[in-house]
Amino acid sequence: MKELCFPFDSKSILRNKRELKRQLLSDGSSRIKKNIAVLGGSTADHIISMLRLFLLNSGIEPHFYKSEYNKFYEDAVFGSPELDSFSPDIIYIHTTSRNLTLIPDSPAMTEEEVHNRLNEQYGMFTQVWESLRKRFSCPIIQNNFELPLFRRTGSFDGWAVSGQAAFINRMNVLFSDYARQHQNFFINDINYLSSAIGLEKWHDTDAWYLYKYAMSTAVIPDLAYSIANIVKSIYGRNKKVIDLDLDNTLWGGVIGDDGVEGIEIGPETPVGQSHSEFQEFIRGYKDYGVLLAVCSKNDEENALLGLKHPDCTLRPEDFVSIKANWDSKDRNILESADELGLLPESFVFIDDNPAECAMVSGQIPQAAVIELSTVGEAMYALSRGGYFEVTSLSGDDLRRTEMYAANAKRAAQAKSFSSYKDYLLSLEMYAVITDFEPVHRQRITQLTNKSNQFNLTTKRFTENEIEEISESKGYIRLCGRLADKFGDNGIVSVVIGRCEGDTAHIDLWLMSCRVLKRDMELAMLDELVRQCRENGISRIVGYYYKTPKNSMVAGLYESFGFTKTSESENGDTVWTLGVEGYTAKNEVIKIQRR
Amino acid sequence: MNKNEITERLNRVFRDVFDDDSISVNENTTSADIEDWDSIEHINLIAAVENEFGIRFKMREVSGMKNVGEMIDIISERG
Repeated sequence: MKELCFPFDSKSILRNKRELKRQLLSDGSSRIKKNIAVLGGSTADHIISMLRLFLLNSGIEPHFYKSEYNKFYEDAVFGSPELDSFSPDIIYIHTTSRNLTLIPDSPAMTEEEVHNRLNEQYGMFTQVWESLRKRFSCPIIQNNFELPLFRRTGSFDGWAVSGQAAFINRMNVLFSDYARQHQNFFINDINYLSSAIGLEKWHDTDAWYLYKYAMSTAVIPDLAYSIANIVKSIYGRNKKVIDLDLDNTLWGGVIGDDGVEGIEIGPETPVGQSHSEFQEFIRGYKDYGVLLAVCSKNDEENALLGLKHPDCTLRPEDFVSIKANWDSKDRNILESADELGLLPESFVFIDDNPAECAMVSGQIPQAAVIELSTVGEAMYALSRGGYFEVTSLSGDDLRRTEMYAANAKRAAQAKSFSSYKDYLLSLEMYAVITDFEPVHRQRITQLTNKSNQFNLTTKRFTENEIEEISESKGYIRLCGRLADKFGDNGIVSVVIGRCEGDTAHIDLWLMSCRVLKRDMELAMLDELVRQCRENGISRIVGYYYKTPKNSMVAGLYESFGFTKTSESENGDTVWTLGVEGYTAKNEVIKIQRR
Repeated sequence: MNKNEITERLNRVFRDVFDDDSISVNENTTSADIEDWDSIEHINLIAAVENEFGIRFKMREVSGMKNVGEMIDIISERG
């Protein structure tokens, strides 16, 4: 919904929130349901209603638990039966500088006194977090602290022993330290947010006294959007590709008219410098696993000429897809998506031309579109948009572009073989299929949350749930990694079989689309059957739960030789396979078991 | 701005905030007349009215307004 995309009109969202909610709930889209507990140090009603809108707009249907006013500490530390039975998937702790009960209040305080207060205040929070972690193994999102608007002593307040701003800054450092040292704990950086928006706009003393709102109502949509970005990222809703125009976006000028010596990039001119900074900024995303692509109306020859300009930071090899032609841009984006095995909704498109932007948002409404009027604005929109909010960083993220480049080489090789099987054999593939090793659980969790297409049940798991499954008996767990002579694809397939008597129920079967048509699913099935036999299981039951995105696997179990046992009206199907008499199917991948 | 104009604009705000096009406010309308008008929705209503008319209510006014008529009086005084 356009109204809820960054940059949004906060006033209008607040005023029309009921209508927006009604529209979202009746748009017929399927959403994952999540329980979110909001433990507030101030009133959180508006935050909840705004958060609901942003999450509904991102495929997540939240149900909320709300602590009584300023009972975050009691709810967390002493527990509450309501919270227990709510069984949260995510806990958001909405505290602000208003909750710093031990902030220094006298210039007479010594360094030691202030230090003790700092530790005691921080201790109250760690007690909250540790109690919650003990009772609920779910992600916790915690606000850090915003600076106050009022400073009795001016700049002195920021560095003096008894300074309040100084105290807040020190608390924020302690919070960040804790977040770095604890998994599944995330800081919602309201210190940044309130600065970006401006403390004058952020703070509203009347709202505190009237409603116990710790910030102005007007900035609550921004706050909720920031929380929503973290939640979206936890559930794998991030975008995956930045698709970039070239002329007047990656460089100044039009390469087709101005020639490679005429475009502005590099240190010589202000315009050239701005585009250099932009390229540098975009390149940085690559290191976090974001894929880069080009979508430009140009002759390909010219496009490549431009990208080989000595002052371009971004080189042709940095892009996983370069579409430089005269077709419409929406068509090019759809083609790139198809080639990469991604959905068009995982694209962020950046272009300086408003007409192209309007065209793409009209044709591909699920994609994010950034109209670049200045590179500064585009960088801000790209970062505040929260499309690439990081909540976990796996080794695979860091190597993603490499992996897609290897895929392009494979595609080139495929053309030289007469049979597909010969091609697959030529790849010299080998797979490592293991249990859920501790080092891989983060990646496994990530895959369960972001795989949509090759995913039979689309069941989402938190890291703690994966942890629990990994530690308990009664499961067959397969984690598959596929490599070949062009490179290592990393962990690409996950299967969870829940054993009951002589039957294994396939609760999860997913595979990354980057290894489609490589027979990896057959290798996984062979291993599953092997383990079933080892554990005295004679029957495998597979489930296909239909979603708008997973039609590619509707016939998977049938292709495996399963028999359909039931089909419901909504398209869900159940399948069984007898283990006896099964013969191994994979002929092209060497298997290494551990 | 006369009171009729204010009432008309206020009515649009009420309809948006409560997502109900059948609402028609007058001077005597109180929170008892609109089902969803509770203390939380009051906060949203106040913010929307302030934005619509570019004014800021005083704290005492926010908590003390008895009916829409008083709201209209304050807006016409300040607008």
